[in-house]
Amino acid sequence: MTAPAVRLSGITKRFGPVTANDAVDLEVARGTIHGIIGENGAGKSTLVSILYGFYEADEGTIEIDGQAARIATSADAIERGIGMVHQHFMLVPVFSVLENVMLGAEGGFTLKAGRDETRAELARLAETYALEVPPDALVGDLPVGLQQRVEILKALRRGARILILDEPTGVLTPAETDRFFDILRGLRDRGVTVLLITHKLREIMAVCDTVSVMRQGRMVAHRGVAETSREELASLMVGREVRLEADRGTARPGAPTLEARGIGLSDARGVRVLEDVDLTLRAGEILGLAGVSGNGQSELLDILSGIRAPDTGTIRIAGREIDRTHPTDPAEMRRLGLAHVPEDRHRRGMVLPFEARENAVLGYHDGPAAGEGAFLSPAAMGQHCTGLMADFDVRPDNPRLRSAGFSGGNQQKLVMAREVAAAPKVLLVGQPTRGVDIGGIEYIHARLIALRDQGCAILVVSVELEEIMALSDRIAVINQGRITGEMAREGADIGEIGLMMAGVARRAPTAASATIPAGADRAAADGWVGGGGGGPVGAGGGSGGAGGGKSTGRQEGIEG
Amino acid sequence: MTRLPAWVEFGVIPAVNIALAFIVAGVVVAFIGEDPVAALTVMVQGAFVFEGALGYTLYYATNFIFTGLAVALAFQARLFNIGAEGQAMLGGIGAALLFLPLDAYLPGPLVALLAIAAAAAAGALWAAIPGWLQAYRGSHIVITTIMFNFIAAGLVVSLLSGPLIRAGQPSPETREMDPGARLAALHDIAAALGLEIADSPLSLAFPLALLAAFGVWLLVWRTRWGFALRALGQSQPAAVYAGIPAARMTVAVMALSGALAGLMAVNEVLGAQGRVVLGFTAGYGFTGIAVALMGRAHPVGVVLAALLFGALYQGGAELDFEFATITREMVLLIQGLIILFSGALSLMLVPLFARTLGRR
Amino acid sequence: MLDLVLLLDSALRLGTPLILCAMAGLVSERAGIIDIGLEGKLLAGAFAAAAVASLTGSAWAGLGAALLASALMALLHGFACITHRGEQIISGVAINILASGLTVVVGIALFRQGGQTPGLGAAERFGPITFPGVATAREIPVLGPVYAELLSGHTLPVYLALMVVPLVAWLLWRTRFGLRLRAAGEMPAAVDSAGVSVPWLRYRAVLIAGLLCGLAGAYLSTAHGAGFVREMSAGKGYIALAAMIMGRWRPWAVLAACLLFGFLEAGAARLQGTELPLIGEVPVELVLVIPYIATVALLAGFFGRAEPPKALGTPYVKER
Repeated sequence: MTAPAVRLSGITKRFGPVTANDAVDLEVARGTIHGIIGENGAGKSTLVSILYGFYEADEGTIEIDGQAARIATSADAIERGIGMVHQHFMLVPVFSVLENVMLGAEGGFTLKAGRDETRAELARLAETYALEVPPDALVGDLPVGLQQRVEILKALRRGARILILDEPTGVLTPAETDRFFDILRGLRDRGVTVLLITHKLREIMAVCDTVSVMRQGRMVAHRGVAETSREELASLMVGREVRLEADRGTARPGAPTLEARGIGLSDARGVRVLEDVDLTLRAGEILGLAGVSGNGQSELLDILSGIRAPDTGTIRIAGREIDRTHPTDPAEMRRLGLAHVPEDRHRRGMVLPFEARENAVLGYHDGPAAGEGAFLSPAAMGQHCTGLMADFDVRPDNPRLRSAGFSGGNQQKLVMAREVAAAPKVLLVGQPTRGVDIGGIEYIHARLIALRDQGCAILVVSVELEEIMALSDRIAVINQGRITGEMAREGADIGEIGLMMAGVARRAPTAASATIPAGADRAAADGWVGGGGGGPVGAGGGSGGAGGGKSTGRQEGIEG
Repeated sequence: MTRLPAWVEFGVIPAVNIALAFIVAGVVVAFIGEDPVAALTVMVQGAFVFEGALGYTLYYATNFIFTGLAVALAFQARLFNIGAEGQAMLGGIGAALLFLPLDAYLPGPLVALLAIAAAAAAGALWAAIPGWLQAYRGSHIVITTIMFNFIAAGLVVSLLSGPLIRAGQPSPETREMDPGARLAALHDIAAALGLEIADSPLSLAFPLALLAAFGVWLLVWRTRWGFALRALGQSQPAAVYAGIPAARMTVAVMALSGALAGLMAVNEVLGAQGRVVLGFTAGYGFTGIAVALMGRAHPVGVVLAALLFGALYQGGAELDFEFATITREMVLLIQGLIILFSGALSLMLVPLFARTLGRR
Repeated sequence: MLDLVLLLDSALRLGTPLILCAMAGLVSERAGIIDIGLEGKLLAGAFAAAAVASLTGSAWAGLGAALLASALMALLHGFACITHRGEQIISGVAINILASGLTVVVGIALFRQGGQTPGLGAAERFGPITFPGVATAREIPVLGPVYAELLSGHTLPVYLALMVVPLVAWLLWRTRFGLRLRAAGEMPAAVDSAGVSVPWLRYRAVLIAGLLCGLAGAYLSTAHGAGFVREMSAGKGYIALAAMIMGRWRPWAVLAACLLFGFLEAGAARLQGTELPLIGEVPVELVLVIPYIATVALLAGFFGRAEPPKALGTPYVKER
């Protein structure tokens, strides 16, 4: 029996009072695809960061191919034949593919010789692993799928025999993901050991040979994929039986409260990010908008909440008609009865250094919640905040605590409480449970449904299809800035929604896009699966990847 | 993020930073071959003890309160206004443009009020342009305000040696304003009240500066506009989400910051000198950066830091008389060190204190 | 004709410190470290060069001291910004003010001449380098004066400055060090994950910037001038910063901007007090602010667009 490619024993890593990894053991056999699955915050990323030399473990040992290894820096890891593809790509957008692949492995003080050699090596790798990329293109101009390929090539160019992939599919459509899995299988068949970090059970079942489950910093189980099931893994991840279905009850949709018609938007480079989007939100109904991150959802939320004006189209709300020439702003939208729980609560939903009571009035600081008179009243703000905290069970219930001091779930509850307290007629919610623990997810889902039953019109935007299925009364799907389908929740089929997320319009499949043949042309596989004959319209993904992930959403919930 | 108790963050660390600056400066003094303790003694006496010293200290502090507030206010909105120097220069020009044609015709107090407003307005304008350029054209405010300092300097030289020059003499300065329009000196006011205090350039501009500090506190921490300003400073995306018009706020904050810097000219032009002299800003605008950093961008801190720097400047002037080899430029050195320790190296001490206090 | 050649000649001399400082800024900022401390390093270099040249009688010792003094300032900047992740702008301001104070304080202590150094003799300065055959070449029309006045007869740092430009261009775009350095200014995490130390790269970048500013300082006080006077950098560090932005962080374009600004300064000096037809007497002060106005206009996108390196000004912190 050969030594395992990777053996971690008793790895412990603490960040201050938090133990991110607690005596973790892991063994990965050579030439296999090994999955590590766990909820957000379970310690997966920390563990592989230790393996890649980003952090050094406080305790424990690492063996690579049976040899004890001390990995203090990424350089050590690279030397041991370990490569890593990070969740946020480590690529320089203004460099060419060639320069990115060379970086750190230039092969001499001047670049000339190394450049020719790398070019030849890229051609060889392209042949061996079917990983083609144009070597002289600027990375920033490439679609996300190709950028990811550059990341893999970087690792292979450095002779990686062990490849770590940290949440690699977050920015890919289901079709791209399948294609990506083919690449992983190809790598495995040529002897590369693949370590796949994910929180998606589907991916483990689809591509992994073996899997390890982490929970709260501990390794809780190792399984062969053939001998386990989604249900078993899901309960191992969360430590109890999971109820993935919220009790939605029955919706009683009323009159339309917000109507968006023909919304279109181009980004700074002139690429269409949204194209002819129609949406109607009705009182007493939850509309779920499904889609892979970076397909225009964020921009749509911006437009509906008044942060940005659309290039084309109109929005009707409370008798007001908004378009390019009659723009609005978030303050006016709030006055019109619209509340907004943003996708990224850390950047947007709250001002992290503010005290909780200050964030409790953010966006409503012109109103009575911040005080009755001309001046702000800290007492009134504190009182308001205490009310919100009681209503949404925010802990600790201290209005003077800095907002950064709350856990992700409690921050989200505070933001949600603030928006709900405004008694909105329309509520926009982006990624309602991103980074929220299981208990928090159930609570937030229940509150959203309760709000719906009080007659609020709710739009839920989520990259977690499970969440869309759990919450929505109606489902719309977005791909490359277009709505590719809309249906009632009852009778909706996950497989069909997956196709729509990949850009295949419902009941109007065209020859070019209905099926992705094996070995489909590169453009199709890299996210340019544009529906119909008009060519690619949107490239929401194109702007997302390389910058380090401002727009590539992190997917942190669970998918069962 | 490491959090320290308030008394450490706002008390101990600034004190340690000052101490470090003085220690390094003391090493330099010793290196030169003088006695650091003697030098410090002279500075303290020069700043507080000698006849009229306190008046001078407060007079310098007045300048620093204004420029320190200017930098601090912008800082609360995460705008780094390096242009207080140029804005103060323009403030002087604003005042001159007002009093030169009018002080012969209008009553003095009215001219004074109008000149104060003009100084603030001119400073505001000179800062609002970089603000506008950042908000609407994407320029970097630091670079733009640096450039505006030089442009202001060129403009002021050509105005003072050209259209605004006092007739019949070569040096670039305006004529003196009508004495009735000048701000009363505090020693004159005291004398009128029957109190005798030493002569100094300290004028009514000092209480005006304290009023401005209170106004800034009220505005930033107790109004809705100030809430918006702080939200913008801590997180622009969150501010935009909250419906705060970031671009307009940026221009307004810069204008207000420039107005405060422009008011510095009131102390010099309407108070101490009664005319606009080339170079009357004397680097006080840059000192404002040190004052704001030292004062943690809070009005109370700014006033305290301004007093410290006022004492340094007045005490430093005394060095010129007492020592052959150390001069007031020593103060510039200390100022640089304070910016270094309390600004650039502000994160250096935090982990140290966190460890000492057993917090992480 | 000769007038124009002399004007260009003067522009080159005035442009030299700008070229060196702007290249310094370029190297630093390409690595992601904002350098508004060019002015202070230039001033410190000028003082150290003149003081040591005066004390030792050697221009070369002066140059060595200038390099050392400016490099120390640069390392201080690095210590604050790289090691302690301090605000780069604040650190730059501190360095400028420190240099203002230190040069005068130490200058008075050493020489007791109000902050100046004594005037320097020939041995304590870098003299002009005369090209062979200048006397005969002078007679040739057009090319003669260009060779004799414009090309020949400058001091060593002038020629060094002109060599530094291709050197920087080569270093940054043709070498491994340059590739990594530029990557550190655009996306430091990519450098780190490639197993290369971002702090070490950035330290080397600020050190190069320090050495270049030191050379520029030595030029000011021991080649172009003959001794140090207070504040002798007179904003040249900031003009160099402006030139660097005008040249959009690209060596050859930056060189062009430096020469243009040098030309403006040379021209303004000549215009002093002269009456031009229609305009009358030109306010020289206003000619001298043209570089600043041009930079503001460029930054505001009124002509072209200046895109700084993406990670400029952001301390690199490893994140989870």
